[in-house]
Amino acid sequence: MKLVVAPLNAIGRSMIALFTSFGEVLLFVWGAVSHIFRPPFYGREFLSALFNIGWLSLPVVGMTAIFTGGALALQIYDGSSRFSVESVVPQIVAIGMVRELGPVLVGLMVAARVTSSIAAEIATMKVTEQIDALVTLSTNPMKYLVAPRVMAAILVVPALVGIGDIIGIYGGFLVSTETLGFNPATYIRNTADFLQLNDIVSSLVKGSVFGGIAAVMGCYAGMHSGRGAQGVGRATKSSVQAAAVMILAANFILTSLFFTS
Amino acid sequence: MIQFDNVHKRFGPKQVLQGVNLEIAKGSSMVIIGGSGTGKSVMLKSVLGLIIPESGSITVDGQNATQGDRDAFLARFGMLFQGGALFDSMTVWQNVAFRLLRGSLKRPKDEAREIAIEKLRRVGLTPDVADLYPSELSGGMQKRVGLARAIAAEPEIIFFDEPTTGLDPIMSGVINDLIREIVVEMGATAMTITHDMSSVRAIADNVAMLHGGVIQWTGPVSQMDASGDPYLTQFISGSAEGPIEAVR
Repeated sequence: MKLVVAPLNAIGRSMIALFTSFGEVLLFVWGAVSHIFRPPFYGREFLSALFNIGWLSLPVVGMTAIFTGGALALQIYDGSSRFSVESVVPQIVAIGMVRELGPVLVGLMVAARVTSSIAAEIATMKVTEQIDALVTLSTNPMKYLVAPRVMAAILVVPALVGIGDIIGIYGGFLVSTETLGFNPATYIRNTADFLQLNDIVSSLVKGSVFGGIAAVMGCYAGMHSGRGAQGVGRATKSSVQAAAVMILAANFILTSLFFTS
Repeated sequence: MIQFDNVHKRFGPKQVLQGVNLEIAKGSSMVIIGGSGTGKSVMLKSVLGLIIPESGSITVDGQNATQGDRDAFLARFGMLFQGGALFDSMTVWQNVAFRLLRGSLKRPKDEAREIAIEKLRRVGLTPDVADLYPSELSGGMQKRVGLARAIAAEPEIIFFDEPTTGLDPIMSGVINDLIREIVVEMGATAMTITHDMSSVRAIADNVAMLHGGVIQWTGPVSQMDASGDPYLTQFISGSAEGPIEAVR
């Protein structure tokens, strides 16, 4: 009997822990979003987060996008040549970058760079009692640390995605025109003619959602960090893992919503 | 007056506070002593609402710590944290003037900086440290900056959490004297937690000893040595022999 009950107990405990964490994250999101709209507003912290998340992520986003766009062009050229339809390279690179690879790769890069940095910073502040100090100085940590970062990520990651999309398409354009023999003018015209408004909107909406996920998971893990260096390390690791998985899951849901009718 | 009334708090299976009753009179300096892990910091953080007790009540001049206008309530307090808890992304003067740069006490930047430099002077630091970052300061200087931040908005009540931990005896003496001077000068109510007996003698008007989750002994500092309480006597003497177990 014990052999049957013990695994069930373990599964039950895991499920309760999972749903508890999910509920806590939802409450945390609600708290963060509600503080975005309620004064006082910390403009300096918002601008600083905008700079850190947006401007400082540009190099890694640009490098990721240009290499991905180039590799995508090579793969599509090789695949399409088996059916003698090499001319679809511009269209497929554009749709691949804008609909999927642009937002997902930028989201994952932001999760790697920004989520980890937010989690480590806030967790260190918690461990060194700086969060408690904020409270004693009449400053709500949710309002001062979380709301500006979440708002900045929601606003600036779509811009990063837009830039990533353009750079990725440019990577495909460079490879196609320099090594695969495509005519530059035709390549650009085919790309521009093929892309629809819905593709671009979906890309930017995905960027906004992924940015929100990346910032929320970093803040949540930081605010709920354990003690000491190990606590900070765990918070950082778990925040990036959770953000990456949630970004991929959200991508599937958003793709289903935008492109299945 | 700060009043603890039958306060209980547990962390998991560990019952830390088991019915704490204590009164701290307005304008007095109360030092709470006790071994490591006995719940001294929990008491202090419970007053500020950073930790919520399971039962009992904590009131400050009749107002419950967790009810009413939190901003107005917290504006009455200043606190010196054990490790300083300075914001490492800000310069020293921005740390000291944190409360004066935002919220209900907001002042123009120049005025806030002037006040910060004046408070730094008050704790024995020269104006040239104002533009340094906390990581560029020694432990003793960080404590002084923390003290300057605690008093910057001239609070009615100041909390000191292990103010001399990690400092050499001379710097400990300097910090103790500063705390005593500032508390007397401002007429503030002070609550200090420490296990440094030299701090107790320098800072306290009254002493309370926390042991086993309750206040084991409380009274004026002048009566501490002759209290006759075996727990307090063992703690003061630092002896391994006595009712307090050396291995905890």
